[in-house]
Amino acid sequence: MQFWSFRKCQLYFDSSSSVFAWLVLQNSMVLSAAIFITLFGLIIYLHFVKVDQESLLVIGSLGIQVTSSYASGRESTTFIEMGQVKDVVINEAIHMQKVIYYLCILLQDPGDPQGVSEVVPLFQSSKPRLDCLIEVYKSCQEILEQRKTAPQSSGIK
Amino acid sequence: MVYRSSRITAMVLKVFFPSCCSSAESGILIGRWISEQNSAVILAVVHFPFIPVQVKQYLSEVQQVTKVSVSVLGSWSNSKQEKEESLSEFLEDLGTIFSHEPWIQISKEGDSKFWSCSTLQKHSNNPKEEEIILVYYDQRKVMLSHLHPPLATAPSTDHKADDASKLSAVFDTVAKSKILFMTDRYHDGPIKLTHWQSDGVEASIIVELMKQASVPACMLLTFLLSLISGICRSRVLKFWPLSFLWSKLSTCEQLGHRLQHLQVISSNKKAQNQTQLMRKANIFVSLLIDVALGILLMSWLYRKNRIGHLADTLIPVADHVAEELQDLLQWLMGAPAGLKMNRALDQVLGRFFLYHIHLWISYIHLMSPFIEMILWYVGLSACLGLTVALCILSDIIALLTFHIYCFYVYGARLYCLKIYGLSSLWRLFRGKKWNVLRQRVDSCSYDLDQLRLLVVIVQGLIHLLVDLIDSLPLYSIILRLCRSYRLAAGVKFRVLEQQDGKPLRLLMQINPLSYGSVIQTYRLPTYSCYPKDSWTSLCKKLFLGELIYPWKHKGEKQD
Repeated sequence: MQFWSFRKCQLYFDSSSSVFAWLVLQNSMVLSAAIFITLFGLIIYLHFVKVDQESLLVIGSLGIQVTSSYASGRESTTFIEMGQVKDVVINEAIHMQKVIYYLCILLQDPGDPQGVSEVVPLFQSSKPRLDCLIEVYKSCQEILEQRKTAPQSSGIK
Repeated sequence: MVYRSSRITAMVLKVFFPSCCSSAESGILIGRWISEQNSAVILAVVHFPFIPVQVKQYLSEVQQVTKVSVSVLGSWSNSKQEKEESLSEFLEDLGTIFSHEPWIQISKEGDSKFWSCSTLQKHSNNPKEEEIILVYYDQRKVMLSHLHPPLATAPSTDHKADDASKLSAVFDTVAKSKILFMTDRYHDGPIKLTHWQSDGVEASIIVELMKQASVPACMLLTFLLSLISGICRSRVLKFWPLSFLWSKLSTCEQLGHRLQHLQVISSNKKAQNQTQLMRKANIFVSLLIDVALGILLMSWLYRKNRIGHLADTLIPVADHVAEELQDLLQWLMGAPAGLKMNRALDQVLGRFFLYHIHLWISYIHLMSPFIEMILWYVGLSACLGLTVALCILSDIIALLTFHIYCFYVYGARLYCLKIYGLSSLWRLFRGKKWNVLRQRVDSCSYDLDQLRLLVVIVQGLIHLLVDLIDSLPLYSIILRLCRSYRLAAGVKFRVLEQQDGKPLRLLMQINPLSYGSVIQTYRLPTYSCYPKDSWTSLCKKLFLGELIYPWKHKGEKQD
């Protein structure tokens, strides 16, 4: 992953340097506008698109919390209560020529006890490999099993 | 990848502790016990000395008013030095006086961050070891916050009791117990409490003054509005030409819309729930900003004789447009692009349109000395709001280009007739007959169509802008910007430092709603959706020759 991004950076640098040389010859105002727009675009990218770190917090009696922190320091959090969580599973998907695995949370459908109302995929930007996912899956299942054996509310299945 | 896990076995007890009580002196904890979720929400700490009977009486009074089952949940000991044995025994004995199952004991030593919690179960059959999770929450923010359910879930009436969110129970408890937070430490009573307002009840003089002044202001406003709406509904304005005019001008629609908004604000009834309160606040802020922007526009317009300049340029522009149209008609009446036309029909329609233009130009020239004065007085109405000014602009454009609309109507009707006639002929003959007549009406309506389309686009843009300003919930956006904890989408937890043997500590913070959901939840309804649903139907109508009415609104029937 890191090697490819370095190559991309090199290519981008080469093409942009030739573009800048052309712009300098034409007009300095256009050049400064181009610089300003590039900086602005970079800031927007770092704040809204580039994800630095993703984390998952599972508290057996409260719920599951998913956090993504972006390169500019912004953090976006979602908390799903334990009553809405049906299960945490690893899904397979066929994408082009390969099979990818991703961890996801299945949400309970309030009307139908066997149904699933929504699938929330996790770790969309970091995309860990299957061995990582299996470890996370195992510890999630340990915690989720405890809530089944310790009945806390009436009417649990 | 970092990976941490901790095992929590058996039953888990969750204690929601307000962060403001962390430094309170020893006493007993009062709050609400939610048995279905095995969690205790602590609202305040009652200090020594107190008489148990008085405490019970006070709690039953609070329960009657707030409908929240408040009770004594446990004991809290904050000792600055070493742990005092006698105090701990005394606190245990309190458990027998206030019988509550389970009795929670929290103790803090010195300045240590890690507190020890334990529970006493007297009447349980199988004494299991209970794990305790301490969740700290900010009492003031949770009290003022409104939890929004996710937009995707439709509110279903049947499974409500079972699936009531656990967190909304916590939020509800704190929000409904406002009366508990009204007594502070300067209050001379038998009970001394510690909560978020115990250092003094907060109040702002400005808010109190505005509350006092708002009642007579509302009454005055209601009286004025009833007068105005009475005048509007009088018989004088109901005669056919006038009523037709009022319904077609967008300025009148916008003024009526604003009048409705004012009526909503000035009503004396208090808002029943969150949505109504937010809607009132949104309308108020939107009106205020509208009027402020309108006055700003007015002050800019009335400087440096800009109105005079505007009036001076208006006449030459109208003249120029008329000249161009006349040239176009002369060209069509001759031999346009070398095509041979039906001379008689040419001359009739061409002369008819030329006379229209001549009339129009004469009226404009007649009115030219008065244009500046009219513009000056019409500009004064911008103080009613920026949206009113934009609507007036849109109406002026519509009135100035009325003659183009007339041409379009004649051309479109003829074209429509021709198409209808041709289609019936086609059915009869099924031949390949090229009708020269059709050509002439065609080219005429296509050229006018371009001009007409431009006018329709400009008017559509102005209406879109007015709709946007009307429907934007400004108060909600400002609230989300400045006091983001008031609009909550959910909560987020942060795990604090842990120590072995001590309970798990979590900090609960409010997760604010995203700007997109704020706008979607609190949008104000508008009266027209032009031209959102008719860009494609507009093109279709243009091609088929159906008439396009620029002033059709959502509520009116199409004929």
